[in-house]
Amino acid sequence: MSEDGVSNGRRWFLIGTTAAFGGVVGAGVAIPFAASWTPSAKARAAGAPVEVSLKKLEPGQLIRVKWRGQPVWILYRTDSALSTLDQVTDELRDPLSEKNQQPDYCRNEARALKDKYLVVLGKCTHLGCSPTYRPDAGAADLGADWLGGFYCPCHGSKFDLAGRVYKGVPAPTNLPIPPHKYLDDETLLIGVDTEAA
Amino acid sequence: MKELISNNTTKLMDWVEHRFPIQAIIRASASEYYAPKNFNFWYFFGSLALLVLVIQIVSGIFLTMSYKPSAEDAFASVEYIMRDVRFGWLIRYIHSTGASAFFVVVYLHMFRGLLYGSYRAPRELLWIVGMLIYFVLMAEGFMGYLLPWGQMSYWGAQVIVNLVGVVPFIGDLLALVVRGDFVISDITLNRFFALHVIALPLALVALVVVHLIALHEVGSNNPDGIEINDNLDADGKPLDGIPFHPYYTVKDIVGVAVFLIFFAVVIFYLPEMGGYFIEANNFIPADPLKTPEHIAPVWYFTPFYAILRAIPNPLLGVIAMGASIMLFFFLPWLDRSPVRSIRYKGPLTKIALTAFVIAFLGLGYLGLMPPTELYTQLARFFSLVYFGFFLLMPIYTSIDSTKPLPDRLT
Amino acid sequence: MVLMAAMSSHLWAAGGAHVELETMPVNLNDKHSMQRGAKYYVNYCMGCHSLQYSRYNRVAKDLGMTDKQVLNNLVFTGQKVGELMVNAMPTEDSAKWFGIAPPDLTVISRVRGADWLYSYLKGFYLDESRPYGVNNSVFPSVGMPHVLWELEGLKKQVHHAEQEPDDGHGGGHGASKTQYELVVPGSMTEEEYDRAARDLVNFLVYVGEPAKLVRRHGIWAILVLILFLVAAYALKQDYWEDVH
Repeated sequence: MSEDGVSNGRRWFLIGTTAAFGGVVGAGVAIPFAASWTPSAKARAAGAPVEVSLKKLEPGQLIRVKWRGQPVWILYRTDSALSTLDQVTDELRDPLSEKNQQPDYCRNEARALKDKYLVVLGKCTHLGCSPTYRPDAGAADLGADWLGGFYCPCHGSKFDLAGRVYKGVPAPTNLPIPPHKYLDDETLLIGVDTEAA
Repeated sequence: MKELISNNTTKLMDWVEHRFPIQAIIRASASEYYAPKNFNFWYFFGSLALLVLVIQIVSGIFLTMSYKPSAEDAFASVEYIMRDVRFGWLIRYIHSTGASAFFVVVYLHMFRGLLYGSYRAPRELLWIVGMLIYFVLMAEGFMGYLLPWGQMSYWGAQVIVNLVGVVPFIGDLLALVVRGDFVISDITLNRFFALHVIALPLALVALVVVHLIALHEVGSNNPDGIEINDNLDADGKPLDGIPFHPYYTVKDIVGVAVFLIFFAVVIFYLPEMGGYFIEANNFIPADPLKTPEHIAPVWYFTPFYAILRAIPNPLLGVIAMGASIMLFFFLPWLDRSPVRSIRYKGPLTKIALTAFVIAFLGLGYLGLMPPTELYTQLARFFSLVYFGFFLLMPIYTSIDSTKPLPDRLT
Repeated sequence: MVLMAAMSSHLWAAGGAHVELETMPVNLNDKHSMQRGAKYYVNYCMGCHSLQYSRYNRVAKDLGMTDKQVLNNLVFTGQKVGELMVNAMPTEDSAKWFGIAPPDLTVISRVRGADWLYSYLKGFYLDESRPYGVNNSVFPSVGMPHVLWELEGLKKQVHHAEQEPDDGHGGGHGASKTQYELVVPGSMTEEEYDRAARDLVNFLVYVGEPAKLVRRHGIWAILVLILFLVAAYALKQDYWEDVH
């Protein structure tokens, strides 16, 4: 067995080289196996952008659309509904939508591209229940000062008509807004961002 | 700082060592396991078989994540893996090529045993456990082959399961129980899947562990077929032995690299291997109402299939096929030669082994071909040679001349 | 016009008849050919034969088309680009119309091979005894009409006495030749139809195994393994130089 220094240097070099190439081989095997866990073409096709026609949506009406297996709400907000947004500001945790729960093009008071339509992911930010739409102002169970919004039956989280979370409820943040864009005035595409104008 | 870390590492390792002697185990089975220094080419295939086992288990686990074991979905889910899953094609080809590679290395590993008498005392159990591994491997290959649910999968399974039916009195009942249905069906597929992915791999891994424990107990044989423990130095270490680690670990890495090159060439450029690894007819979904014109089992079963077909009586055919595999188990007691290795055996044994190899390969070829009159006659001849090799072994090994054994490894 | 079947490879056809196949060199680098093939496929074949394991957007990506191009040129069923290439024909009805349901052809190239498909596409000839008035030289008694007849035209088999000089079309090796005579001309010349058939087969070979387009990069894996082998071998030699 070679114990002399010269041979040792050579040996360590060879061990290092072999280990390095072995590592490349190992990584070359690991990467495809790890990649096979990313969404398959089938999953991506199922999660493809969804086109929604807004023609039949009536004022005050909420429709639910499935996108990537999750409920997306589209709410036609009347002027009076929009007028409630100012009135609740003090009671909200994040009235200016500072937390990153929406694309930049929806970082405004109405949290929308067009004020009229709220497009929001119907999934409570607390534990993922789907809140109910409660437009009935002053509802008995929600208090006289309820101006309409969303109420999560699981743990009582409340959101206003722009999906902004109230203070003092379990949900930590506003409801997320999925990427979306308008193909024309009355056709919405959910799952694709609006390009910066 | 550096010292502090190394001190703490030592402490942690000691802590573990007192509770689970991992280092001692590794030492005993690697750096203090002495192996003969004269291993040659044939000694690569044991470690390669272990490598292929790992490859098959890992790629198999990933395939089960996307495969659906139902008659309705199986075929489509394989195509889903081939197209929709990222690198699914690679994982599938690794697994399908690995199946064939497993048999290639195992056959070469077994041939090594025949060549150097590795089955002889005190390694009888080592050999028998190895044969059990081979037996389970065949079941594993057979059941796995049904899973793609193509025409060859389906009809291959149909034919083989029907063989059980020739058993007198209970044959039909037995075939019914294996299938769980009157034909190969969704039910059969589902249970073969369970056996293929859980039961048999567990058995395989357990048997491999037993095989390795037995090996390390009796020590490796070598091309000279003499015991290295007969010549010890003052410290009680074999004079002709070298520690498995590092000598054979670095050598086996070379074997692994060569193997992986061949493996990669097949996966990337010849995944179907001209229809021997993946058959054209298996791209037609299983159809219980339409038999393909020519059914042949996968190549690694064909020697035994050829023996089955060579015998006109179905019951005798099945018995002969079973016997052709079972005979391997009795090798340690059939070989009466005073020496182990072919190197010191006489001409009779050499001729017998050569004839056996030719017969085995010949039967393998004939099992792939449609049975013609000539081929059937040839298969009968090769079957005789095959059985002669085993059954006449006590005679030709006792009367055969031998060369004197050396005192030390050559 | 006399067409001649070149003999190069042999295969047992579906009906068991021994037929001669024309060689068809597959070229998966020719994306334009595969694109044309895809277009012929959806126009002439997909009404009956789905490609149910393949997705439109995968075909688009692999053949160098945009999703838009695929939607405009290949999708007639109102499907989305990410969907599987199925057709609207219900299986039970089709089985009633054709005797058996027209099979899905996604992996047909892996069953039959390119030569067979090419010869099949060129093998239709007039035969009054068949329900659709045509038969096929490589798939006798095929239960399918000649859907490409508008392109190729219709031809009939003629059994000439042998020993006609080789006209250069095929590598006739003196074996018996089946010859054809065009009866109804199609919109394509013989060369154009040959090209169309090649396009279709190129596409079918691609769609049978899209991974073929990527697995040729495996050479890089092999090169890395060779480097690994060189290093491992040098290491082994270094350790073993003092084992005698």
